[in-house]
Amino acid sequence: MTVIALSTVAPPETGGARTAAVEIEALCKSYGSFRALDAVDLSVRPGEFIAILGPSGSGKSTLLMAVAGFSRPDSGRIVFGGRDIVREPAAKRGFGVVFQNYALFPHMTVLENVAFPLQVRKLRPAEARERAEAALRTVKLDGFGGRQIGALSGGQRQRVALARAIVFEPQILLMDEPLSALDKSLREEMQIEIRELHDKLRITTLYVTHDQREALTIADRIAVMDQGRIVQIDTPEVIYRRPQTSFVARFIGEAAILPVGALAPAAVVGALAAGRPRAVIRSEDFCLTPPGGDAAPVQVSGKVQNLVFQGDSWLIRVRLADGTAIDVRAQRQFSDQVARLAPGAEIALWLPADRLHFLAEEA
Amino acid sequence: MSAALPLGENQTELARDARVERALAFALALPCLIVVALCVLIPCGWLFYLSAFGNDGSLSWENYERVSSGASYGRIFITTFEVSLLTVLACVGIGVPFAAFVNSLPPRVAGLFVAAVLLPFWTSLLVRAYAWLVLLQRNGLINTALIDMGLTEAPLDLAFNWFSTVLGMTHIMLPIFILPVLGAMRNIDPGMIRAAASMGASWGLTMRRVFLPLAAPGIIAGAILVFVMSLGFYVTPAILGGGNVQVISMRIARSLSNFSNWGAASALGVLLLLFTGALLALGLMAQRLILGARKGQDHA
Repeated sequence: MTVIALSTVAPPETGGARTAAVEIEALCKSYGSFRALDAVDLSVRPGEFIAILGPSGSGKSTLLMAVAGFSRPDSGRIVFGGRDIVREPAAKRGFGVVFQNYALFPHMTVLENVAFPLQVRKLRPAEARERAEAALRTVKLDGFGGRQIGALSGGQRQRVALARAIVFEPQILLMDEPLSALDKSLREEMQIEIRELHDKLRITTLYVTHDQREALTIADRIAVMDQGRIVQIDTPEVIYRRPQTSFVARFIGEAAILPVGALAPAAVVGALAAGRPRAVIRSEDFCLTPPGGDAAPVQVSGKVQNLVFQGDSWLIRVRLADGTAIDVRAQRQFSDQVARLAPGAEIALWLPADRLHFLAEEA
Repeated sequence: MSAALPLGENQTELARDARVERALAFALALPCLIVVALCVLIPCGWLFYLSAFGNDGSLSWENYERVSSGASYGRIFITTFEVSLLTVLACVGIGVPFAAFVNSLPPRVAGLFVAAVLLPFWTSLLVRAYAWLVLLQRNGLINTALIDMGLTEAPLDLAFNWFSTVLGMTHIMLPIFILPVLGAMRNIDPGMIRAAASMGASWGLTMRRVFLPLAAPGIIAGAILVFVMSLGFYVTPAILGGGNVQVISMRIARSLSNFSNWGAASALGVLLLLFTGALLALGLMAQRLILGARKGQDHA
């Protein structure tokens, strides 16, 4: 079986003063009969950017709040700096936190907000001011220090919140869906900026999001959560190409999950699947022409149900012989083939063998 | 900017709709405005009118001259303001911590505590004043208990003084103070408190720098409300002060009941109204100063 080389390498350890590791061990938290965290283990390397990704109610925010110190877990350990900090109050942990609604102080100016953690640490006013201004420069808000919070746009507030969380040089930065209140284009811009900021400062970061594209864009590793558990944790590319469960496959990207029997020829597929019953196929991996070079291409066929032009690609819904519908994303290179299609037409789809991924039986 | 835009063809129609809407909104306020006019504006005008006539029925400053020349009147004004100020301070001292406590409770339990605060609100002023007398007087419950326990030999003077007056007024004013304060505290995003903690702030620092400044609009509103209402208090100081605490409302009542002097009573009323108005304006200005610095905070 051919395997694509996937980046599984974590970023180099920088060993800077700001970076620190966090070990989360068997963390549990229940609200009544609801298990928000079900024995979560997570090992965060120094300087690493981890996105915690999951649908609402999956426990991702609970996990972050437990690390921040706002929610006491029922059991388990959070080891930071060589000791368990589960019982330590949030104020003692010294982690930077960016909240979903930013939680900026409306009665203070931008500069006062950013200088607040420094005042708490009893820095001299002149030094606090200097460092707060430097933090504002870091988030590209120089000159905004005198503004009132109410006079800022959503994106600017987000930057102030970020500056306030990093100004005291915390060893850990925690972000709880920090971009969810922004519109799409601003959100995408901020994703790149937050990533660049992390590359510069290398603060160990835990970043909660429900947006899979955001997680793929921003993180070194993605921890996918479902029902209070981390179901898979790996680099974005592995998470995308080699999901370990159908939940991960469906939650990230568009994928068809088909029984191995739906693919032909059976002998080739059987050899690739090696006993695993289901195949995961990314909708953009389907080819409308036989791939060149592959001795025995894998094939699946059905009838076109409908097709929609979506700008960068065509989305074709195909109904297979057994009745399952799958979504196929045909790139521009197949526009000749798409032009000949109409609802009801027979369609043959090819798959390069190296794009096939198989799932084991799930409990 | 709108002047530069060409007039749309619907412009006149839209303007008419806006006028109709304004008229309808005004009609909603009309019943209330009529009541205010009948019960507030006309009696106040009458008060001004009466205060301008002397005993002999001629137009004169006589009533005001008497108030400004008599030292006892100055004393009464000062006492009235002092009693009111002490009531405000007592309300702030008791009410702010209480409201902060209630605000921290889960909603259902908080409702019980709010109900407990509002409960005395439903009983009569007179009943509450006499209830305090039952507790405070020389052979009242408190003194009897203290003597029986041997903590004191002679009964303490708890009633008929400033202490009992301010105590009784605070008791009555507390719900009026707590409601706006609690309202302001409810509006504070709990995330603010978490944010302060995440930055390392202690509980005390978080209260001082974040929580109380954010609750300040409610505290100021409550304080102004209590102060203004306290200035006109009659029943409570009359009963619990026992003649030892002379406030302006008592002097007004005496002018009328003992001397039937409407002119003098009106002059006192007018002066109280003016002083109250001036203080209210000062208070609102202070509030605007505090709030003006953070306009637009609410659409966070």
